[in-house]
Amino acid sequence: MLPRGPGGGPMPADMRVKAGHLDLPSPVLTAAGCAGTGRELAQFTDVARIGAVTTTSVTLEPRAGNPAPRLAETPSGMLSSVGLQGPGLDGFLQRDLPWLLSRGARAVVSVAGHSAREFGELASRLSDAAGVTALEVNLGCPDASAAGRPFSLDPGAAGAVVAAVRGSARYDIPVFAKLSPEVPDVVEIAKACVTAGADGLSMINTMPGMSIDPVSFRPALAGLSGGLSGPAVRPVAVRCVWQVYEALPDVPLIGMGGVRTGRDALEFLLAGAWLVAVGTVLFHDPSACSRVQRELEEELAARGVDRVTDVVGRAHEAEGYAAERYGWA
Amino acid sequence: MAPVQVRGTVLTVRRVDAYVAMTVVAPAIATRFRPGQFIAVAVGGPQSSMLARRSFSVHDVRPDHGGTVEFVFGPREPGTQWLADCRSRDVLDVVGPLGRPFPVPRDPVSCLLLGVGTASAPLFSLAARLGGRGCGTDFLLGGESADRVFGALTARRTGRSAVIVTADGSMGSRGSVTDMLPTVLQQARTDVIYASAPLPVLRSVCALARRYSLPVQALVPESAMTCGTGLCAGCVLPVAAGDGITRMARACTEGPVFRGEKVRWDDVGTIPFDAVGAPGWKPRQGAADAPARSGGRSDAS
Repeated sequence: MLPRGPGGGPMPADMRVKAGHLDLPSPVLTAAGCAGTGRELAQFTDVARIGAVTTTSVTLEPRAGNPAPRLAETPSGMLSSVGLQGPGLDGFLQRDLPWLLSRGARAVVSVAGHSAREFGELASRLSDAAGVTALEVNLGCPDASAAGRPFSLDPGAAGAVVAAVRGSARYDIPVFAKLSPEVPDVVEIAKACVTAGADGLSMINTMPGMSIDPVSFRPALAGLSGGLSGPAVRPVAVRCVWQVYEALPDVPLIGMGGVRTGRDALEFLLAGAWLVAVGTVLFHDPSACSRVQRELEEELAARGVDRVTDVVGRAHEAEGYAAERYGWA
Repeated sequence: MAPVQVRGTVLTVRRVDAYVAMTVVAPAIATRFRPGQFIAVAVGGPQSSMLARRSFSVHDVRPDHGGTVEFVFGPREPGTQWLADCRSRDVLDVVGPLGRPFPVPRDPVSCLLLGVGTASAPLFSLAARLGGRGCGTDFLLGGESADRVFGALTARRTGRSAVIVTADGSMGSRGSVTDMLPTVLQQARTDVIYASAPLPVLRSVCALARRYSLPVQALVPESAMTCGTGLCAGCVLPVAAGDGITRMARACTEGPVFRGEKVRWDDVGTIPFDAVGAPGWKPRQGAADAPARSGGRSDAS
């Protein structure tokens, strides 16, 4: 017999997630680069009620981004090469961050740079600002000292950036490193980041892809290739979360990659993610964050789960859940 | 007013020559709508593999059934083909009304409404609004062939004058709207041009209007938009703001209606070297360092 809440329905699960200095009312976040400044999203979702808003990657200087076309639809996915268009750190601190705080949202600030020094400066200046809930290090940026090879592909480069951010950020601001799936061994990079001081890991960033327009006979994106995201990459993301959880079960993980429904969010939690981010699907459904959060609550309640944290990494236990308690009926 | 996301029931789907006109019951969108705004429709059903919304200018809103919204499109790719196959009573996920509407002049001036293909659709609700302000409206409509000129009949009935141009000469004169524009401008004694057409046409129209010192309100095509809501930052074009500084503006939020002289038409599809945040760009001495994402919003005519 499941516990019954008021009104006879299943008791709602406790959605709160605590991890070190991180304390969020819900495990559902937005993914970096998919929530605009927060203002666009707030027209459709109460940004104060979701776990946190992860910002578009903040750079030191303003960036115009890449030429259009920047996005192309692919089966159950999206190719994008927006090129981190944004107002730069000053603009972000003057306008975007205060706006998020004024709406009662928690801000996970994604940071991007071309060198460990730039990352460190961003972390240091963001630490001086009020209201940064956590930092997420966008390791997908090209490394200026390695001919534009992304930091995320090399354990040494990734570790150096994470160390720079962790060294410059205030002690009570958790630092998450965002990993790429495009490596032979994601666990190796994950371990390098954790050794360098990362408090948690986000996965996955997009993976490179390409699409050619059969009408124009040319690549669909002005930047020729772009990053693939959306439900098409979800199994890749779940695999990465699974592998890293196996190796580092105590490190908080943010799972992301094509989360579309509460069931998808539950899949990431079961694989080992503490938190789940909704990204590309927001382009399709701008209210997806609130909906995924509500659906996840329902999925947990229907299974009699009291706390969302109870299911984190549950798939790694040998015994199944439904089979053991309710059979297949 | 802020856009809303609604589940709208399809009322009618009808073929209009080469195009499809679809009417959806969406009172919350209909009551908020102003001419020039658009809607973003999810296609392919709840588990669709097509994640990009399809954005369409609103052709007209009507008060029946609490409020309906009509839009027009050519079914050219799987998403719009799916939409064209919808039937009455099907339910669609619709977001709207989105974007900056056409500004309307305070004084009764002579307005030329120029449209090509389905892009003409938003001009008719605009004409009604301009008429309410005592403005005279002339139409210049174009298309490849007679079945690809949208709203010729309405234009002839409601406009002070209506000139139709087709590429093959199957309706009106043979040629393009830009060929015809100088003649029409002189005959109609135009004060303001409202244009909705593919980008190359808008570019030519704005170049011509500059020669005649006429203001243009240009509605850029919604086809480049992925989300319609400003989240994806995909539909950017270089726009010079009131301070003369060029920023990459999102067509969906800063547009889709732009003042013609503000858009750097020759640089569309590129990042101009002097745009805020372009590679190698440096802030000017003393110039306010404004964000790349909020430029381009300015009042019109």
